Amino acid sequence: MTQHDRESSPSMHETRLLDKQDFQKLVDLLWDQGYRVLGPTVSQAAIVFGEIRAIDDLPRGWTDEQSGGEYRLKRREDDAWFGFVVGPHSPKQHFFPSRVTVVAADRDGDAWRMRDVPDDEPPVALLGVRACDLAAIAVQDRTFMHARYSDPIYRRRREQALIIAVNCTQAASTCFCTSMNTGPRCSSGFDLALTELPDCFTVEVGSPQGAALAALLPTRPADPQALRQAEIARQHAVDDISKQLDTNDLRDLLLNNLEHPRWSEVATRCLSCTNCTMVCPTCFCSSVKEVSDLDVEHVERVREWDTCFNWDFSYLNGGVVRDQIRSRYRQWLTHKLASWVDQFGVSGCVGCGRCITWCPVGIDLTEEVAAIRETPV
Amino acid sequence: MPRPRLAVFKFASCDGCQLSLLSLEDELAALADKIDIVFFLEASSRVEPGPYDIALVEGSITTADDAQRIRQVRRDAEFLVTIGACATAGGIQALRNWADCDEFLATVYASPQYIQTLATSTPIASHVAVDFELRGCPINKQQLLEVLQSLLAGRRPRTPVHSVCLECKRRGTVCVMVAQGTPCLGPITHDGCGALCPSFDRGCYGCFGPSQQPNAASLTAQLRLLHVDTRTTIRGLRGSFNGFSPEFRSEGDRLAAEQSGDQST
Ligand code: SF4
Ligand code: SF4
Ligand code: SF4
Ligand code: SF4
Repeated sequence: MTQHDRESSPSMHETRLLDKQDFQKLVDLLWDQGYRVLGPTVSQAAIVFGEIRAIDDLPRGWTDEQSGGEYRLKRREDDAWFGFVVGPHSPKQHFFPSRVTVVAADRDGDAWRMRDVPDDEPPVALLGVRACDLAAIAVQDRTFMHARYSDPIYRRRREQALIIAVNCTQAASTCFCTSMNTGPRCSSGFDLALTELPDCFTVEVGSPQGAALAALLPTRPADPQALRQAEIARQHAVDDISKQLDTNDLRDLLLNNLEHPRWSEVATRCLSCTNCTMVCPTCFCSSVKEVSDLDVEHVERVREWDTCFNWDFSYLNGGVVRDQIRSRYRQWLTHKLASWVDQFGVSGCVGCGRCITWCPVGIDLTEEVAAIRETPV
Repeated sequence: MPRPRLAVFKFASCDGCQLSLLSLEDELAALADKIDIVFFLEASSRVEPGPYDIALVEGSITTADDAQRIRQVRRDAEFLVTIGACATAGGIQALRNWADCDEFLATVYASPQYIQTLATSTPIASHVAVDFELRGCPINKQQLLEVLQSLLAGRRPRTPVHSVCLECKRRGTVCVMVAQGTPCLGPITHDGCGALCPSFDRGCYGCFGPSQQPNAASLTAQLRLLHVDTRTTIRGLRGSFNGFSPEFRSEGDRLAAEQSGDQST
């Protein structure tokens, strides 16, 4: 390989530079290759996933301020393109859609004929995925693709997707990825990972698809100064993180404290409103219902997001098992942080902080764990 | 097999819920093939006496006559379904339950002696046994269809009992309370509208009444942190279509008592 070759075709794990003025070329290239590009956009007073067709669709100059039960979109003093952290939406929205028809059936005389309902979502390129969400995708992969059964909708969408991650250069007061070893640095699970600098992005290649894409972009080799600048920018995020979750022996701590008075105390605050589970990028529960026409000739089986905070989610013949907010909150927290480990070998929490911000009453799981740790029974 | 006979009754109400039956335009013909609508004054002059397999009851009980009439409806009906906030919680007219009804009469009517009314507006279930309560102001017509379909099929109606929040999140609506500080009753309100108001940037007004096991005290504490005036919160809970539902009422009453306590000290 000549020097010139190495410059024009980036290889795995190589870092290159892409000037901001060339960023639109990346977006265009993705659309040209048949991807629907979804990335951060300002909408509904927040930064949420939306279609990115032009760089002007990005939240340039915007940021977010987050704390328990509060999120505020704010203007930045600079023109940063990715100067915010995760919002209420996550990649889960796309890979594990909130409502989808999984199969249909038509009556045929006395018999029923089952009918596949093809999922025709075009492949997406997710732009701006953060480290915690890369980890969350890996957690959901375990559930939907690497367990005994694989979910065809999830698998198809996931395998077709391209992921362009962005390294955080700041953190919210709710972020605790450093405690969960998931961030803020993007280390795997991406095709390309960007770090924003004032005039350019560092572009790190994480997969053969990413390398092929980068080869089509007008990138240039990264000089040591740019690499150092990127390192400093990423360190800002690390320094910004103030929240911590002590994960030492966490599984046993929780499972040995199922009768801790804190569960009753948090139940006086918890609304059992389901928001924490809905925004959590790893929560995977759903329920399935059959919807028919009036003549019961055609039936569709519809899968919808559901959650352990829903009162009738634990309905079994004869009654509801978790008939109190206390038992529902405990179910959630112990599954997320303890029995998830038994089930999947990893924690169900990646430290993104969404459940804290989007809880209408600001319940913070790290505080709940700390309270139990302080006075174990 | 004969078609089940359905009757629609109206008590104190605005007719909006029974109109949901008529607004099921696409399904009405197919429905009429399966169900014999034998008593529905809003739609037809056909008036057949009971018994009925299904009675849909709209409206609350506000007169002595109605309190008697609902007993007859109950006797005539195999399966009694209340439709809407009036029938299920007393409706907006239950505002009188916190006031002096005679004073209202004297203020509104020139000759109040001709008005015969009870001092309260109460839900149907306070008078007779109800087999199923369909919530909403007005009800969701698809849910009405689901109830009728389930009765035809002999299964339990599948109407959600969860909060409006779940539906906000399913549809990708950003929470107006967290992102904008807008007061919202969604966390303690029964879904049924599909989280309509938050999708138009407004808080939930509680049209579908309290969700299962609502934690109203925690929500009102949060509203106070959001600097919502307690009187506004009380009005939000008690002053709306479902204000007389036990869960909204008791929290509203608690706050009101707290407030009058504050004022007297
Ligand atoms: S938790 Fe970490 S990776 Fe996720 S947004 Fe916050 S700083 Fe970034
Ligand atoms: S912890 Fe917060 S978001 Fe979760 S159910 Fe309870 S009140 Fe809702
Ligand atoms: S439990 Fe909370 S912090 Fe952890 S991954 Fe889920 S939403 Fe993020
Ligand atoms: S807008 Fe209201 S209903 Fe929707 S999630 Fe927020 S609190 Fe719940």
